[in-house]
Amino acid sequence: MSERLPMAGPPGGDGDAGGAPPAATPPAPPARPRASSPRLVATLAVAGAVAGFFIVLVHQWSQPRIEAYQAMVLRQAVQEVLGGPERTETFFLHEGGFTASPPAGADTTSLDRIFVGFAADGSPVGVAAVGAEPGFQDVIRLIFGYDPGAAAVLGMKVLESKETPGLGDKIEKDSLFVAEFGGVSTPLQGVKSGRATGAANEVDMITGATISSQAIIDIINHRVQALGEPLERLWREGIPLPARNAGGDAPPTPGGGA
Amino acid sequence: MSPRTTTPSQDFLRGVWKENPVLVQLLGLCPALAVTNTAENAIAMGLATFFVLMGSSILVSALKKLIPGEVRISAYILIIATFVTIADMVLAAVVPEIHKALGAFIALIVVNCMILGRQEAFASKRPVGRAILDAAGTGTGFLIALLMMGGVREILGNGTFLNVPLFGPSFEPWIIMILPPGGFFTLGVILLVFAWWEERKKVPVHPRHWPHGVTVQIETGAAGAGGTEASHG
Repeated sequence: MSERLPMAGPPGGDGDAGGAPPAATPPAPPARPRASSPRLVATLAVAGAVAGFFIVLVHQWSQPRIEAYQAMVLRQAVQEVLGGPERTETFFLHEGGFTASPPAGADTTSLDRIFVGFAADGSPVGVAAVGAEPGFQDVIRLIFGYDPGAAAVLGMKVLESKETPGLGDKIEKDSLFVAEFGGVSTPLQGVKSGRATGAANEVDMITGATISSQAIIDIINHRVQALGEPLERLWREGIPLPARNAGGDAPPTPGGGA
Repeated sequence: MSPRTTTPSQDFLRGVWKENPVLVQLLGLCPALAVTNTAENAIAMGLATFFVLMGSSILVSALKKLIPGEVRISAYILIIATFVTIADMVLAAVVPEIHKALGAFIALIVVNCMILGRQEAFASKRPVGRAILDAAGTGTGFLIALLMMGGVREILGNGTFLNVPLFGPSFEPWIIMILPPGGFFTLGVILLVFAWWEERKKVPVHPRHWPHGVTVQIETGAAGAGGTEASHG
């Protein structure tokens, strides 16, 4: 097969010191005939179409798996932060109040939502809510369980973070820090290690990860504040147990889904 | 130019050791520094790159007569990008945790000059069989280099290897090793050792022949205290 010449080779060919041509001389013809422009375009077009076809095939195979995984992660996280409720229901925040079955026409994907967990006897144990705010490196996304009756956080789990390995990522890997969120009252107050006074709303921050720890505390405080009023009303007036809503978002039930 | 005649084992071993992409050619340093904070990430990155390199080399070698020289780089990039996208999706579906850890660096395999380099320098001029061997060698070499870095950094920076704790609870992790500076430290030390090893092989086995004058001086010195002063220019 023929060796391809460099595309931007000097005119007259390199190493041909003998009859050095003037600069104006057109470049020597390439070793193989130039392909016509339509052929170049056609080659890339066909290659692009074939590549697109394969990407679509793989996308169709992988997308349901990726979504199933995300749903599973959320389901497990809800279970974890609520201490393993018997079942859970999704409630949507619609026009200032929580409802399990938003009116037809409401876009459930854009509505704020909480997951209410119920104990075996049907009494609600708490709600789980997702929140996200900037941390040290990037947005931290977490889910936390909250008991509106006692105004206490039940548990916290980081869903997504890119915090510094070894320092900031302790917000999810340091089990002592994560355990701090089991039963602490709101609004949370972060304290540096060794400065705790024993108040019920104190969370010991991680040394070396103050910003990440504070971000977690802020996310929970802000979310509790934002959901506070409708959540209290929901809790005070009793949970309106929904008729099983068909369609829409499938509530993250413990046994649901394969 | 007729392609150099090399044996199949040379095609393979060249990429693994003699022309290791990271340790000798210093190609693909971006992933080698960025995602080698654990051995697991290093292996995943190495395997993803191996897959892309292998797929691209096979296709480029098989299609070399159909790709006009004027658009060959675009065509190679298109082929590489397709394999990278497929690898990205498959990793996300099969090993979501690792995919999350590698983040954008999977997509960035597209611009790994090691891959494009092998297409331009080798696969586009050789038959498919040799392109496969070359890709396997280079991919393995890359994987080995990444694993060396990932292993060292995870052991020192986290006290584990492949998530298995190696030391007792009293081990204090050397955290900087899993942070970006640790990548540079590790790469520097590995390159140093590698270069020293190569250099050492070049030192002749027999002692050097010293110039005569120097030889006289040494012999005189070795003669001891009673020896006469060497008189050499």
